[in-house]
Amino acid sequence: MAPSPVIEIEGIWKTYHPGDFAVHALRGVDFSVDDGSFVAVMGPSGSGKSTLMHILGCLDTPTSGTYHLGGQDVSTMTEQELARVRNRRIGFVFQGYNLLPRLSAWRNVALPLVYMGVSPNERRRRALDAIARVGLADRADHRPNELSGGQQQRVAIARAFVSNPSVILADEPTGNLDSIAATEILDFLRELNRGGRTLVLITHDREVASAAPRLVQIRDGQIASDEMAVRA
Amino acid sequence: MKLRDTLSSGFEALLGHGLRSLLTILGILIGIAAVILTVGLGEGAQSSVSSAISSLGSNLLVVTPGSTTSAAGVNGGLGSASTLTLADADALESKRVAPNIASVAPSAQTISTLTAGSSNWTTSVVGTTPSWLQVRDRSLAEGSFFTHQDVNGAADVTVLGATTAENLFGVGSPVGQTVDANGVALTVIGELTSAGSSSSGTNEDDMALVPITTYEEQVSGGTNPTSVSTIYVEADSAAGLSGAYQETTDLLLALHHINQPANADFTITTQSQLQSTANSVNRTLTDLLAGIAAISLLVGGIGVMNIMLVSVTERIREIGLRKAVGAAPNEIRRQFLVEASSLGLLGGIGGVLLGLVGAIVLPHLESNPVTISPTAAIGAVVVAMAIGLIFGVYPASRAARLSPIDALRNE
Repeated sequence: MAPSPVIEIEGIWKTYHPGDFAVHALRGVDFSVDDGSFVAVMGPSGSGKSTLMHILGCLDTPTSGTYHLGGQDVSTMTEQELARVRNRRIGFVFQGYNLLPRLSAWRNVALPLVYMGVSPNERRRRALDAIARVGLADRADHRPNELSGGQQQRVAIARAFVSNPSVILADEPTGNLDSIAATEILDFLRELNRGGRTLVLITHDREVASAAPRLVQIRDGQIASDEMAVRA
Repeated sequence: MKLRDTLSSGFEALLGHGLRSLLTILGILIGIAAVILTVGLGEGAQSSVSSAISSLGSNLLVVTPGSTTSAAGVNGGLGSASTLTLADADALESKRVAPNIASVAPSAQTISTLTAGSSNWTTSVVGTTPSWLQVRDRSLAEGSFFTHQDVNGAADVTVLGATTAENLFGVGSPVGQTVDANGVALTVIGELTSAGSSSSGTNEDDMALVPITTYEEQVSGGTNPTSVSTIYVEADSAAGLSGAYQETTDLLLALHHINQPANADFTITTQSQLQSTANSVNRTLTDLLAGIAAISLLVGGIGVMNIMLVSVTERIREIGLRKAVGAAPNEIRRQFLVEASSLGLLGGIGGVLLGLVGAIVLPHLESNPVTISPTAAIGAVVVAMAIGLIFGVYPASRAARLSPIDALRNE
């Protein structure tokens, strides 16, 4: 049975008006991602890949075009509804980790569950479980500033999958890390993908992008190429 | 997000900036303490004035001379005329003409220096009649009061207030001793029971009472020997007060040959009038102080808003992240409102506690009592929380409106 697309966007435009003039960050992007696949989106800065990532992550809405996430049209949703979609169906991994400095590692991981309305005991159990899966069980009570960059990003990965989302969006997840930590993080992400989660990796680094079997290149707000890597 | 989580997350954020939160709370706390203390002082003063006025005697009317108006039309002010006389007082005492009047005590007074042996004391010497004791609701600690015979015969006797007696004769009994007033030797025949402290400005324990005739003939040496400064009229009952008021007015108008009540040359004051005058003076003062205190509360509220705006700016990344993991705008708004109203609530509770400490300490520093009612205390806490909430609305809405992209981009 052919996998169904979890992400389906058609004719997406995104236009900004920073002054009297209009800037078209995206100019009619068509793009779909199969459920359980792993896609790298690559492009230089200013290419529109960040804008695409914001729209895919439901952090922003397109000016025109449609976006179906898991069969649901999210391009016309209110902010309230989008918050719910982000909470249930999307896990984010950012370049800057974005952990809350005052909270311990496991409580950072538990944050999406708080907004899901999960009970405190259940939150703790699931968060500790997730943090153990990224190999940081012994660091669960540490605060972010007591962890290395690689460890912080692992906490962030645990936070991204703790809510069991269908899609994980990783925006330059290795951008702040040395090559050893970067390899480790990519391994964890691949591991998640093998577990059945759709993974979209946004990067400007060809080497990082090569971890994905499918590479989409963006230039000037349009898809320049979309190809499957030839595997040996 | 569940309410419990919103609350605990709010408190954690406040604890995360302990000193800053404390200082903001202090702003509200001082405002609330100031409000609750000024209102408490006002209420305390009001109740002490009320008790002082009721200590004047029950069912009392106070008749004072009206104002004089010179040929040029200059009003001399209340009490400047000497229109009340002993004859007026005698007429009021008639049961036939004024059935609602139980007793009448005319009184005239002057400030005079009394001498007893080597001690002397300046006090008000009051000339009056035996009914004074009943009308003013006072009693004797020892000795006796002067009689109608004493008044008729202008006897050289006096009854001293507790303060006056103590200053002239020390702790010993004054009865039987002699005091000298303006060269007249007066025999002390009694001492009044202390009336207690009075916040109305006059000391009811510092006076020397003499028969009104003795006063007119010997002590005052005035030019108008039959005029009196006040006539105290006691009604037979509280219900008879308005009857007594009417009888006094009618009789005095007739005696003074005045046709128009508007031209009356005397003023009748009732206790409730005295009380409302005193209360209104009090209320004005309390309002003024409470107004100043409210301004300080407003400043405290602006402090909350200021700190919340700083907090929103500072936690812009946190807000972005929370939104990315699923916080809806109203959940962010609620979180900041909880923080702002907690600042207000804690300030309110602290302010009430400080106010209670003040209510205990203040009466030891000055004589004014402070009354803090539970209603005022609860009201103050609610107001403080509301101030936190109101001044938190704008910062919280700003946080809620933040776009998650802009918030996350902020490096």
